Amino acid sequence: MTCTLSHPAQQKLLEGYVGFANLPNQVYRKSVKRGFEFTLMVVGESGLGKSTLINSLFLTDLYSPEYPGPSHRIKKTVQVEQCKVLVKEGGVQLLLTIVDTPGFGDAVDNSNCWQPVIDHIDSKFEDYLNSESRVNRRQMPDNRVHCCLYFIAPSGHGLKPLDIEFMKRLHEKVNIVPLIAKADTMTPEECQQFKKQIMREITEHKIKIYEFPETDDEEENKVVKKIKDRLPLAVVGSNTIIVVNEKRVRGRQYPWGVAEVENGEHCDFTILRNMLIRTHMQDLKDVTNNVHYENYRSRKLAAVTYNGVDNNKNKGPMTKPDTSEGMSPLAQMEEERREHVAKMKKMEMEMEQVFEMKVKEKIQKLRDSEQELQRRHEQMKKNLEAQHKELEEKRRQHEEEKNTWESQQRLLEQQKLDASRTLEKNKKKKIF
Amino acid sequence: MAATEIARQAGEGARAVPLAGHVGFDSMPDQLVNKSVNHGFCFNILCVGETGLGKSTLMDTLFNTKFEGEPTQHNQPGVQLKSNTYELQESNVRLKLTVVNTVGFGDQINKEDSYKSIVEFIDTQFEAYLQEELKIKRTLHSYHDTRIHACLYFIAPTGHSLKSLDLVTMKKLDSKVNIVPIIAKSDAISKSELTKFKIKITSELVSNGVQIYQFPTDDETVAEINSTMNGHLPFAVVGSTEEVKIGNKMVKARQYPWGTVQVENENHCDFVKLREMLIRVNMEDLREQTHTRHYELYRRCKLEEMGFKDTDPDCKPFSLQETYEAKRNEFMGELQKKEEEMRQMFVQRVKEKEAELKEAEKELHEKFDRLKKLHQDEKKKLEDKKKSLDDELNGFKQKKTAAELLQSQAQQAGGSTTLKRDKERKN
Repeated sequence: MTCTLSHPAQQKLLEGYVGFANLPNQVYRKSVKRGFEFTLMVVGESGLGKSTLINSLFLTDLYSPEYPGPSHRIKKTVQVEQCKVLVKEGGVQLLLTIVDTPGFGDAVDNSNCWQPVIDHIDSKFEDYLNSESRVNRRQMPDNRVHCCLYFIAPSGHGLKPLDIEFMKRLHEKVNIVPLIAKADTMTPEECQQFKKQIMREITEHKIKIYEFPETDDEEENKVVKKIKDRLPLAVVGSNTIIVVNEKRVRGRQYPWGVAEVENGEHCDFTILRNMLIRTHMQDLKDVTNNVHYENYRSRKLAAVTYNGVDNNKNKGPMTKPDTSEGMSPLAQMEEERREHVAKMKKMEMEMEQVFEMKVKEKIQKLRDSEQELQRRHEQMKKNLEAQHKELEEKRRQHEEEKNTWESQQRLLEQQKLDASRTLEKNKKKKIF
Repeated sequence: MAATEIARQAGEGARAVPLAGHVGFDSMPDQLVNKSVNHGFCFNILCVGETGLGKSTLMDTLFNTKFEGEPTQHNQPGVQLKSNTYELQESNVRLKLTVVNTVGFGDQINKEDSYKSIVEFIDTQFEAYLQEELKIKRTLHSYHDTRIHACLYFIAPTGHSLKSLDLVTMKKLDSKVNIVPIIAKSDAISKSELTKFKIKITSELVSNGVQIYQFPTDDETVAEINSTMNGHLPFAVVGSTEEVKIGNKMVKARQYPWGTVQVENENHCDFVKLREMLIRVNMEDLREQTHTRHYELYRRCKLEEMGFKDTDPDCKPFSLQETYEAKRNEFMGELQKKEEEMRQMFVQRVKEKEAELKEAEKELHEKFDRLKKLHQDEKKKLEDKKKSLDDELNGFKQKKTAAELLQSQAQQAGGSTTLKRDKERKN
């Protein structure tokens, strides 16, 4: 690759105006143009004032005679119902989805009443995951549940087993904000005790409720600390406006006075509204996206790839990725492919080696037998040659002998001949 | 207010309700902005242009700081990309700026492949992001985005037209990155020539189908200024890091014997326009376009290449799981097939080799059979010779014996004859 990257980044000072300080404005502009969306889920037994609280929070009649709230309908089993409204304020448009769970905790046997809730949250995650994974992606609507307001009945004693069970099952799927409903049935001291008890039980059961993020800003941190001290928030909701001291306020009229919804001394409603809408709405969405959704996604995808590791082990959010788990299924396949190639190479090499060895052996054997045969052949040849020589020698000798004898014979013959001739001569001589 | 995207998406599913008071969600944009300011911004610029067109100087001028780098020579063997990352801060906004320079662009004799390393670089950044996005455990929100958000294409100030290298390169890049063509060292062109030059360039780009980046006109707050600026494209810029005293101010300028070219004087060049458009008004849009258009196109092509589809032949949407499983099965099948093939190949080889060796063995045996036969023949011949010799010897022996016998007889007779003679003599 013909590129060189240099890390880390170097600090540079600007010597004059550049203009990127305007980036935040650009972001602001674009976000307003796009609009915002938020999904809020409310969970709690009927009659805890959930719908009233929503109406108070958003200063609108979400549930009205034309669109009655779920509480007015009798339910046999737990339902999960969505209600979408478009609200506009100060040029900012918000698509608000309220998810209600009528029937929750109302039955005699409430086992598994949380299941429809879990299923709903998961199905929203699933939808998002599928639209995120498409080849052709368009703007993806974010219908995931960003916050779950859990209503605790103001018994004054502590959490009910159902409360604990629900929160334990959902705290890793959604941001849980527990609320004490109908707080105007408790005195401040009772409320204080109740809150302490609840927080104790939450810690005891290791339930992770939504945590406010730390910031670098001192002021903000002070505000956050104040909120944290008052958790869980005790709220009161109302659909009616009452005149108190010539002011029109939302409140509940009792013979002994008016419990004002937006009065900080009466209840924590204002804190809830500020936190939920005015300061932490974006953070709730971010935590849903970066933590809860990512958890869901990694669990879902890990189940697709089988690599022998127990991928369903809940390692919790944002842990450092393991080398094998940190990969996409495709990358894992790539890895496996590489491993396989290496394995095949090794196998090939081994087979090759064995092959070579056997061939060598065979060739060696062949050579040896060739040599042996050759040797024997040589030997025999030599043998024959030796015999040949011997024979030649014998023949030569014989020839010699023969020649000698023959010449001897000839000599003898000659002598005889001479002798007989002489005799003949003598004989002839004698006669005369 | 124009309908927001969200409103359009909601469509019939949502009803608009009035609010009875101030709820407070109009702080959402501020919440979002605060978060992004805390997180910091990042921007990546790619400068493409021949050596010596003033790319580094322009970057220094644009960002009012001295970046690294020495001027490069003209003898590069190929096009290389050098990238540097800087942390800048202006008021409370932190920007992680990466400047990528093409080194050696246009210096080679054969420039056919010049664009390749640039395209490769851009694709690599897309690939890195895609890989991160596809991971099982991913950290997208803290990922350092290295994708190129803007490509400044430096056009040489010839005054005539675009070079073919420019057209070829821009054509290859226009679907991968936001191209902002600029006329470099424009102080070499007079005003009248400049107008003609710009018109020529624009028409050449249009006739060759090159899509350059258009400043967005859909947001009413900036629509007007953006559309005006679109008409001034390509910007003719001059860069300088040296300051000259004009009046009683020190300004960035280039001093000539016949006058001083002031960088930030809008009559002298379009530098201010470039800065406005690129940084102050549309930086975020450039990033958004890169992500939603160029990156999506890359991603779509890559996934399709790998065989992913959104719907199966029956037009039912695939779920992610099914797709992955199908892929995986295919993949495993492939691997198994490969293994089988390799094994088969080996079996074949072994068979062949065995046959070979058997052949060799057979030949060897044949050879030695032949030799053996020869040897037998030789032996036989020898035997025959031996036999004949023996016969001769025997014959000779017999002859000898016979002769000797005769001789001895003759001698005896001769002896007796001699004896007789002697006797006669004596008588």
